[in-house]
This record gives sequence, C-alpha cells and structure tokens, in this order.
Amino acid sequence: MKKQQPGTIEVKSFGDHHVITQPNPLRKVLVRVPDSDLDDPVARAEKALEGLSGEFKNWMTVEADRLSAAHAVVLHNGFTTETRDELFRAAHDIKGDAATFGFPSAGAAAESLCRIIEHAPDLDQVPPELITHHINAIQAIVRQRTKLDTIATASQLSKQLRGIADEFLVKVNRDRPEHLEAILAPSIVPAE
Amino acid sequence: MYRIDFNKLRFLICDDNPHMRRILRTLLHSFGAREAYEAEDGATALEMYSHYVPDIVITDWSMPIFDGLELAQMIRQPESKGNPYAPIIMLTGHSEKRRVTVARDAGVTEFLAKPISAKGLYQRILNVVANPRPFIKTKTYFGPDRRRNTTNAYIGPERRVGGEVEVMQQPSLLDKARTAV
Repeated sequence: MKKQQPGTIEVKSFGDHHVITQPNPLRKVLVRVPDSDLDDPVARAEKALEGLSGEFKNWMTVEADRLSAAHAVVLHNGFTTETRDELFRAAHDIKGDAATFGFPSAGAAAESLCRIIEHAPDLDQVPPELITHHINAIQAIVRQRTKLDTIATASQLSKQLRGIADEFLVKVNRDRPEHLEAILAPSIVPAE
Repeated sequence: MYRIDFNKLRFLICDDNPHMRRILRTLLHSFGAREAYEAEDGATALEMYSHYVPDIVITDWSMPIFDGLELAQMIRQPESKGNPYAPIIMLTGHSEKRRVTVARDAGVTEFLAKPISAKGLYQRILNVVANPRPFIKTKTYFGPDRRRNTTNAYIGPERRVGGEVEVMQQPSLLDKARTAV
C-alpha cells in the first residue's frame, strides 16, 4: 500500500463509492504526558457541573413554564405546525435536561408527552386531558421537588402517565406498523 | 500516556436551549477548551461554521429554523468551499435507535443521547480526535465510514460494489489516549 504523504487526502475509487482518507488534522492535540500525571479532566468537569447545580432548580422552573406557555397557546389556537412544534420542543428539552437538573421523573413525563405528540395520528383526536395531565405532572414534580416524600410519588406518577399514554398510542397506531414499532422499541438510554 | 490538549481545539456548540449551552460551555472549559463558539439555531451555526472553522461541532437535533440534522447535511457537502470533514457530535434528547441510524446517515460522526455527562462527552471527543474514520462518498452519502467494525464473520450481502474495500486506516491512537481518562 502506498505510503500517505503528510497533508494529502487520498481517494480510492471503487465501483459505486470512494474511500477518502485524510491525515488526522486533530492529531496535534494529542499530547504525551508522564504516567504520573494525575490530572483528571472528567472529574474536573463533573466538579464544575456540580458548581452549577445551584441554578438547576430555577432552570427547571423556566423550562416547565415554557412548556405550560406552549400548552396555553395550543389550548387557545389549537394544533398548528407552529404550536405543535413549540410544544414538542419544550417537552423535548425537558426530556433531555431534566435528569441533569435532578428531576428525572419530570424527564420521564416529558418523554411520554413527546411520544404522544410524535406518534398520535391526529393530535386533535388526543384526549385533551391526557396532554394536560402530563403538563400538570411536570409542573408538580418541579415545584414540589424540595419535599423528600415526593420523589417516589413523582416516579410513580410519571410511570403511570407513560403507561396510559402508551396504551393510547398502541391503540391508535394499530394500523400504522412503523409507528407501532417505534413506540414499542426500547430506548437507547437506560431507565432510571 | 496521551491526553487531549483542549487548549488547541476550537468548538462550535449549536443548541437552542440556553441552559444546555451553558452546561456544554462549562464542561468544555473544564476540560481545558478556550474556544467554544455558540449558536442557537442551525442557520446561525452554519454561518459560524464557515467563519470560525471549528475543529469539532457539537449540535442538538431539535431546533427551530433548521435543525441539527440539516446542519450536518449542510456541512457534509463534498463540493463545498468549507471543510466538509469536521467531526460532528450529535447531542440530543432523542433516544430511539432509529434516530441514531438517521443521524449516522446524515453524516454525524458520534451520537450522544441526553442526559449529558462529562464522561460521555469526553469519550465522544476523544474518539473523534484519536480515532477518526475514513470518509465514504457514494451517490447518496458523504460522511464518515458507517462501518465501525470490520469483521470476517459477516455473512450478509456486500452492499458496496467494486470488490473488497481497501481502506487506509490512520494509526489509531485511541487505546493510548484512553489511558488518560
């Protein structure tokens, strides 16, 4: 095999594709350090994240209020592309952020809401209380977080909501195999 | 052993959520990065990508205007004047396997499902720095080789035409660098 010249991109052509190999431009950022080096960038970052944790409750409240505001617009204007997308993005952000902020059950409830928005064949046919219960649950979990006895309740609440939402989604998607498959597929993120 | 000198890396963060941008910035700065540019939507990110020429892009998926998937597709234009090869780490709340496949087919280099962790982010960065994959160009795809593993045990049909693929792998520094974590 021909030796690669530094700085050159090598292209090998085949029947229906090309394989392009370029010298690693990021190689320069790998530096050799002595084995005795005890610096741990991951631990340092975890500590820095811990330093931010004092703000998490406020951030979570902001996210939950954004979700409620998006829901209020849906109640007022009905589902349009814009109102649907904003409700989804608000719920989706909570799904992704809540566990980091210390509210995993709010994240689970938000995930359940995202699944409804994504997989319901017609959002206007979704029982309005199913969506409202998700929003109220997320608000309750966020605002009652300081009470120790609410943690188990929050987890139970989000699991029950997910169960009801899944039952609904399986029923309304019984003739839509691609959605059914997505609904029943396991998440790549381990459960809490 | 090897370690990443984050001081020499330039990042572009794209996320519409200001809290997530703050977390990402905090993590990258803690790793030692100094240059981390931020965009709150795909369109701004694309503009910043051309302007700042980042070494690594970290993007959310779900965003207004155009999303992280479209951003990846815009970056992976082989004929573009910019750099179509930059590693793209998709950091997203989507946690379904089919999403990973869609992201991969858009040219995303690494996929990281939220909730974010310092370790998860570091490992993805380490992987794109120390273990880059060759790029594949077909009629319908341009991006990092989607075959992460080459195995002789594979018994399915060969989907690439043109005989066995001869891929010049760059020397893997991953194992050496892993000892730094």
